[in-house]
Amino acid sequence: MRYAMAVDTKKCVGCSDCVVACQTENNVPIGYCRDWVTEVTDGTYPQLEIEIRSERCNHCENAPCVRCCPTGASQFAEGGIVLVEHDRCIGCGACIASCPYDARYPHPDGYVDKCTFCIHRVDKGLKPACVSVCPTKCLYFGDLDDPNSDVSVVLKKRKWKTLIPEAGTRPQLYFLI
Amino acid sequence: MKEELIVSGRMNHLIDPQLHIWHWHIPLYLFLGGLAAGILFFAALYTILGKEKEYPTAVKIAPFITPIILVVGLMALFLDLNHKLYFWRLYTTIRLQSPMSWGAWTLMVVTPISVIWCALNIKEIFPNWKWKYEFIDELDAFFRKNLKTLSWVLLISSLILGVYTGILFSAFNARPLWNTSILGPLFLASGLSTGAAAILLMSKSHHERLAFARIDLMLIGIEMFLIIHMFMGFLASTQVHIDAASLFLGGPYTTPFWLFVVTLGLAVPALLETLELKGFKLPAMIAPILVLFGGIVFRFIIAYAGQVSRWLY
Repeated sequence: MRYAMAVDTKKCVGCSDCVVACQTENNVPIGYCRDWVTEVTDGTYPQLEIEIRSERCNHCENAPCVRCCPTGASQFAEGGIVLVEHDRCIGCGACIASCPYDARYPHPDGYVDKCTFCIHRVDKGLKPACVSVCPTKCLYFGDLDDPNSDVSVVLKKRKWKTLIPEAGTRPQLYFLI
Repeated sequence: MKEELIVSGRMNHLIDPQLHIWHWHIPLYLFLGGLAAGILFFAALYTILGKEKEYPTAVKIAPFITPIILVVGLMALFLDLNHKLYFWRLYTTIRLQSPMSWGAWTLMVVTPISVIWCALNIKEIFPNWKWKYEFIDELDAFFRKNLKTLSWVLLISSLILGVYTGILFSAFNARPLWNTSILGPLFLASGLSTGAAAILLMSKSHHERLAFARIDLMLIGIEMFLIIHMFMGFLASTQVHIDAASLFLGGPYTTPFWLFVVTLGLAVPALLETLELKGFKLPAMIAPILVLFGGIVFRFIIAYAGQVSRWLY
């Protein structure tokens, strides 16, 4: 079981519904967000290209945040989802400094928080909140080990990239380009 | 032109617009930990080499400040935690891949040993000291009998204390400025150098001061070498490393680093100590104070600049 998410950058319009849905579903404190939208503009007018990405924690296979956690609060759950055990987290901030994607933030309650791939929904057979709500249906989520899951099918059909693969983290958030 | 922006209005506290998760607590602890490691290393080393009488300040007097500075450092670390009530979780496990875990356990070893070391040498400060309870006399006798073993444990653990903070920073591949294996040895050299400077300040024996001036001079030389090679390494590395190095080569940290750390903290003390060794009479306090000043400013600059260096956007 290897959960992954794919974002179709050609269909993402930057509406930020995914951001709001995540904040609602996960009771994210006001002023924080677990996912965000990045817009890349390249070229000189009139030869301009734009890429819009919905980003979040990449749930990396070689996660530096899990490696550097001194208490084991940052851990791998089923399917490779990276979670933080609130009662084990001391709020030292090492995982925050070690994430090249700036995906984590210190929750006001003290522990470190981030995207959880909505594991509480996934365990019930549902999709993460952001995937369910996207109006252009550009987010795909599923099990990479299952060749018939949405994400496996779309990754076979389309060209894709990951963010800063040279950081060596083996991220599981794929951007269809 | 390529422009990459977050358009959904992200402004996570302490993360955006620039990472600032670690504040003054961390560099203060780095300095105090390095200083304690340096003092305890020399105390243990000269005990093992049987030179307690030749270097009395290093072995018996200087270690008296180490329990205090270690406790102040630990308090600073505790204040930095965001989830303070759970700090004890550090001691329910050891994570071999996390240098912070090694550090937590090393401090658990070094702090009690520093207290024991002071207890063994209490008669240097209070010559008529008598322990109130008999079992403390028994403990005293036990540690005196096993002083060599205690010294070896202290030697190794003080070295780990001095080097692990640099290894901790260098393990973050997300912070290109720190991501160099030179940082561990550099922090160790700096810690040992500040320890030697502290001993120099406290020592009343001319012979001891000469010896530690030479040791400090050698350590300053090693630090200069490591700093130059760290920058050479960055400039010969990837784009993010070149960008990280440029923070110090024309960027906002250029003047603080090369003026306060390299010139005032390393070059000037080295010059002063060389002149003193050649026989010129100079106020003996200036060089070690500059070394200590350079040590703490170095930690602040590296801790803050490292959080500025990044991979994205």
